[in-house]
Amino acid sequence: MEGIEKVLMQSDEIERTLRRMAHQIVEYNRGVEELCLVGIQQGGVAIAQRLAEYIKRTEGRDVPVGSLDIAFYRDDITKRPQPPKVRKTDIPFDIEDKVVVLVDDVLYTGRSIRAAMDALMDMGRPARIQLAVLVDRGHRELPIRADFVGREIPTSRLEHIEVSIGDKPSHDRVVLKTGR
Amino acid sequence: MRHLLGIRDLKREEIEEILETAEGFADVLKRDIKKVPTLRGKTVVNLFFEPSTRTRTSFELAAKRLSADVINFSVPTSAVVKGESLIDTAMTIQALGADFVVVRHSCSGVPHLLSRHLRASVINAGDGINEHPTQALLDAFTIKRHKGGFKGLKVAIVGDILHSRVAKSNIRCLKTLGAEVRLVGPPTLVPEGFREEGVEVYWDMDEGLRGVDVIMMLRIQLERQDRGFFPSKNEYFRLWGLTPERLSLAARDAIVMHPGPMNRGIEIDTDVADSERSVILEQVTNGIATRMAVLYTLAVNP
Amino acid sequence: MERVLLKGGHIVDPFNGWDGPGDILIEDGTIREVKIHARGDSLEGIRLEGCEVYDLRGLHVLPGLVDMHVHLREPGFEYKETIRTGTRAAVKGGITSVCCMPNTSPVNDNDTVTRYILQKAILEGSCDVYPIGAITKGQEGEELAEMGLMYEAGCVAFSDDGRPVMNSLLMRRALEYSKRFGKPVISHAEDINLSAGGLMNEGTLSLRLGLRGIPAESEVIMIKRDIELAALTGGRLHIAHVSTEGGVKAIREAKRAGIQVTAETCPHYFLLTEESVEGYNTNAKVNPPLRTERDLMAIREALADGTIDVIASDHAPHHRDEKNCEFELAAPGISGLETLLPLSLQLFHQGVLSLSEIVKKLATNPSEILSLRKGTLGIGAQADITIVDINLEQTIKAEAFLSKGKNTPFDGWTVNGAVVETFFRGRPLFGGLRDRLTRT
Repeated sequence: MEGIEKVLMQSDEIERTLRRMAHQIVEYNRGVEELCLVGIQQGGVAIAQRLAEYIKRTEGRDVPVGSLDIAFYRDDITKRPQPPKVRKTDIPFDIEDKVVVLVDDVLYTGRSIRAAMDALMDMGRPARIQLAVLVDRGHRELPIRADFVGREIPTSRLEHIEVSIGDKPSHDRVVLKTGR
Repeated sequence: MRHLLGIRDLKREEIEEILETAEGFADVLKRDIKKVPTLRGKTVVNLFFEPSTRTRTSFELAAKRLSADVINFSVPTSAVVKGESLIDTAMTIQALGADFVVVRHSCSGVPHLLSRHLRASVINAGDGINEHPTQALLDAFTIKRHKGGFKGLKVAIVGDILHSRVAKSNIRCLKTLGAEVRLVGPPTLVPEGFREEGVEVYWDMDEGLRGVDVIMMLRIQLERQDRGFFPSKNEYFRLWGLTPERLSLAARDAIVMHPGPMNRGIEIDTDVADSERSVILEQVTNGIATRMAVLYTLAVNP
Repeated sequence: MERVLLKGGHIVDPFNGWDGPGDILIEDGTIREVKIHARGDSLEGIRLEGCEVYDLRGLHVLPGLVDMHVHLREPGFEYKETIRTGTRAAVKGGITSVCCMPNTSPVNDNDTVTRYILQKAILEGSCDVYPIGAITKGQEGEELAEMGLMYEAGCVAFSDDGRPVMNSLLMRRALEYSKRFGKPVISHAEDINLSAGGLMNEGTLSLRLGLRGIPAESEVIMIKRDIELAALTGGRLHIAHVSTEGGVKAIREAKRAGIQVTAETCPHYFLLTEESVEGYNTNAKVNPPLRTERDLMAIREALADGTIDVIASDHAPHHRDEKNCEFELAAPGISGLETLLPLSLQLFHQGVLSLSEIVKKLATNPSEILSLRKGTLGIGAQADITIVDINLEQTIKAEAFLSKGKNTPFDGWTVNGAVVETFFRGRPLFGGLRDRLTRT
């Protein structure tokens, strides 16, 4: 039986949320000096780009955006039912002494973030790492929390959250799926 | 995919996936810290029944870059013949707790035999005159980096095709990826039976090289001369050696490859080997990323 | 006096031209009387008091089979097989006469070894054993062995099986010299220079598997050479284990030309092709190698038209360690005594040969080629008899073989036809007919 779907966030709400997060990031860091965004493959990349876009609109400055694949850093590669596909890591700037905002779509166990931090550390020594996520669904397995959260959505472990953010903002959605 | 026994068992998508993954590792290898924790806690055993410093070192480095522990287990074949059986050696490796066994052996089919006895993933690092799949994958990776893709690409493989596991794997790999493959060499070493693999056979070197995008030279084993496959080194070089003049028959931007070790002056002229068209050292470098991709692919596909 | 009456079984004895239901009376191990029933009259037949009577209706009664190509491995390779285990396996497979090849250690190239084998067979064997002596000393292809003394000790043929006699002059001498004894020279037809280092049939598959090939011509050339030498000398030539279309053609032509040549093949050459080697299956490694579909069809045709006279097992048992290893190092050969008959019966079920033709190739012809006076149920013959249910379905299980050699590519095959009981000198060996026995 296919599971039940429930739309949690529509495109307009997603846009408002991301604008707010962009604003918070700038405010918290008192500007965009030394700031860069790194989206975690695959879900975080589009969100990082969207955040950079909103920051540019308000601050009038480009923030460097990169993408990070964490497949090589996962601690569960041999346990996953689906092998993680290796995607592009593209960070075309130096992260040394920068403030790196890691961006992901959903924060869940925290293991991806742990892997992402390890991966970042292998590329240089940032001054700070912050975390921005669109959805925090709970169930942390590691002592990790996000600095910027779009929305907290309590879920059960049997549920699944699917974020689709793409080229057409009007099609953006966050969906809760139950059962499998 | 639990084992990598030969290109013969791979589907096109599987080859493409390995090549893509290798791109990721090639990026890692360009960084200051050329190491990822992917295979931390896993053990890779290099089980070499035939001496090969190159391939063994490449696998060793690949495993270490993935944070695996590596054990080199070199067994001269002569000791095997008079002593321990292959299965016993394999069971010993098993008892040591290997997760991956990289095997090189002078008899065709040994990796297949081991894969039936071991719980570990078996990677064929060259078996007899059968296959050498990781060499073909790293060659494909190298070609892709230079030529972008394989569709319609003309590749000439030159030399002792009959006894070359590198050639066998490359024929299958390149055909699967959509390239046109020509085999070039003396009729005693390039039998017509290969045509059934969907390749063209050329006994005339000049004709075979005309217009090709990639020239893949093979090492000529000198003992073939004693077994009567060709009369002399001198004659071989004159008829099938890759000289600058012959290279000029190929496409203008053709690249020259060789799995090494080279016999300069027998199958390849020094001027060609050292020319800017030669990607021979790049092949060595790419070998590490490709083998990392193979280890990774086997690890994530239980 | 021991009397056994086999009643109502379908008797197949091509030597006497019998092919129908009938009764056989055995007295003290010898066939005393045979009565083939007239058509439609099953009440007719032999009636006698004081006998063990077996009701064999629905079963086939064949002369004990004669396998003219067997490796019993003793002396020297007792870890692979012994005369005791090999002959047990033979009778299990319905074979009551076994001809054993000389590639033992020491080689059976002198009358002492011949006598040793015969002695052992009397003491420990379950059936008749007929040694085949070597053509050359040590099977080294250099000097003739003492064929005459071996003949006097009991050898029924000469062969360097496992190796060819590469020296044509020596082969000529062997064919000439053996004329004195009326025993054939059995040729292992292989040009070893041409097949050097080969592991399987040469062709696309050998290229694909990276296994050095043995071209069909390696066999064909030697068959042709030996036929020419047989023509030259008038000697009696028998070609062992024919595997190729080219070989078959050469033999057919030679027979037409009146040259004294006979030939044998084995079940694996009419049932399997080189494809069985796929996956580096060492149980399919055999010499000569399994060939192509085309060769297989040619072998079947040659069996049907009589070009090939004999089906033999080429029983080549090996220790499991000798198969559970690198393909290149694996010993060639198939353990075949226990599957010879059921596999041959597939030719009947597939309409290639009649039952009577199969019996000819498994008993009548080999006996005649070697002048053994076996392979018949005629009156006065020794009562070595094989009882077969030709339709009984059985699954071949190598682990259940009585032979020490479990090496067979047929493991797990389901075939129709099984040996129900073997009588040796009138005595049932396995108790397979217990519930058909009554006493009068």
